[in-house]
Amino acid sequence: MSEIESRGYSRPDALVSTDWVADHLNDPAVRLVESNEDPLLYASGHIPGAVEVDWTRDLNDPLRRDYLGREGFQSLMRRIGVNPDTTIVLYGDKNNWWATYALWVFRLFGHENAKIMDGGRIKWVKEGRPLTTDVPSYPESGYQARERDDKKIRAFRDEVLKHLDSKGGLIDVRSPDEYTGKKLHMPEYPNEGALRGGHIPGAANIPWARAVNPDDGTFKTAEELRGLYEGEAKLKKDDDVIVYCRIGERSSHTWFVLTHLLGYPKVRNYDGSWTEWGNLVGVPIER
Amino acid sequence: MPDMPGIPEKLADTLDALSMVPDRSERIQLLIDIAGKFKDVAPEVATRPFPEESRVPACESEAFVWARPRPDGRLDFHFAVENPQGISAKAMAVILKDNLSGQPLEQVAAVPQDVVYQVFGKELSMGKSMGLMSMVGMVAALAKRAQAS
Repeated sequence: MSEIESRGYSRPDALVSTDWVADHLNDPAVRLVESNEDPLLYASGHIPGAVEVDWTRDLNDPLRRDYLGREGFQSLMRRIGVNPDTTIVLYGDKNNWWATYALWVFRLFGHENAKIMDGGRIKWVKEGRPLTTDVPSYPESGYQARERDDKKIRAFRDEVLKHLDSKGGLIDVRSPDEYTGKKLHMPEYPNEGALRGGHIPGAANIPWARAVNPDDGTFKTAEELRGLYEGEAKLKKDDDVIVYCRIGERSSHTWFVLTHLLGYPKVRNYDGSWTEWGNLVGVPIER
Repeated sequence: MPDMPGIPEKLADTLDALSMVPDRSERIQLLIDIAGKFKDVAPEVATRPFPEESRVPACESEAFVWARPRPDGRLDFHFAVENPQGISAKAMAVILKDNLSGQPLEQVAAVPQDVVYQVFGKELSMGKSMGLMSMVGMVAALAKRAQAS
């Protein structure tokens, strides 16, 4: 049993270790994808063979507040030389926050064969493993993308309103200051992009980063994660759960944890999140 | 001098030089080189653990900033970036330190936070934008405070 398997996850195969990645650097069936918040990081050095998927340029519609469509996703996958049977391994900065975001977008298009490198970029670096500034080039693939399907893992504001009526599980993964609305009232500094501070009524506050070990960025064990989401937030595995943050990026990390590591069957990410809810006229807010 | 009213001349020159590099990859490389010049705050200015009042709000790279007055009342700025992966924060710190230290307080206080987009372009996440803009905002706030004292 591998160390990751020993942690008791529902789907241990959703993660790979840095050792596994090091053993597959030259595996043509594996495509390493780095996805960061910091736009300078990939160019400063990345795992040999890794391509970059940039959230702002590659995953978003350039005009509407929405994700790319089928053709855009197909072009992306072709550009990075991925076929449906390629094993995509995502990793990045911020304890894989952006990597899980990219994985969530990939799932919107039904691309299932994607995993996360446990510990992300920082673990690889701390272990003294190699980095390169060489940008790899792969032959363009013939990837045929499906239409994006938002129903299963993405929530929109009207669905969140219905969710409130049905008393569904709701997790706010922002910091406690954002959750309480305190952060909107700091003079001289930019606000959170919302007119109102606070949280969606009934939401439990479990900041996303509590799911990882601060020392090495690896995910906590299933038992520890259950302590957070079931012990503190009182979720039950079969609950209908919506997670949110500011724009849906941090909450995709929690979506990954609940869906892949704890095996929750119905978790949706509300990517409108607080930048939408905190600006909506007439919706309920708690502080 | 480029026409950037309200922005200290040295910073305006730097922004002008960056604007001459429209290619994103080249700009990124230039900013990585700038980040490579980052020097941690000197121990005579601050030592760890750093006080919370020096922490840049909203900056997830854990940036800290200090201002020390010169004899003429103008300020020298000093930075720490605790996140080893915070390369953009380091680049921004170098640009602010090198271009705003010793500049007229009223000009530093008036530097708009959106100079961040002139440095990095607009393809920044909201969180990253806020963190970098907060660095500018905190430097401007320190200059305002020095003006008032």
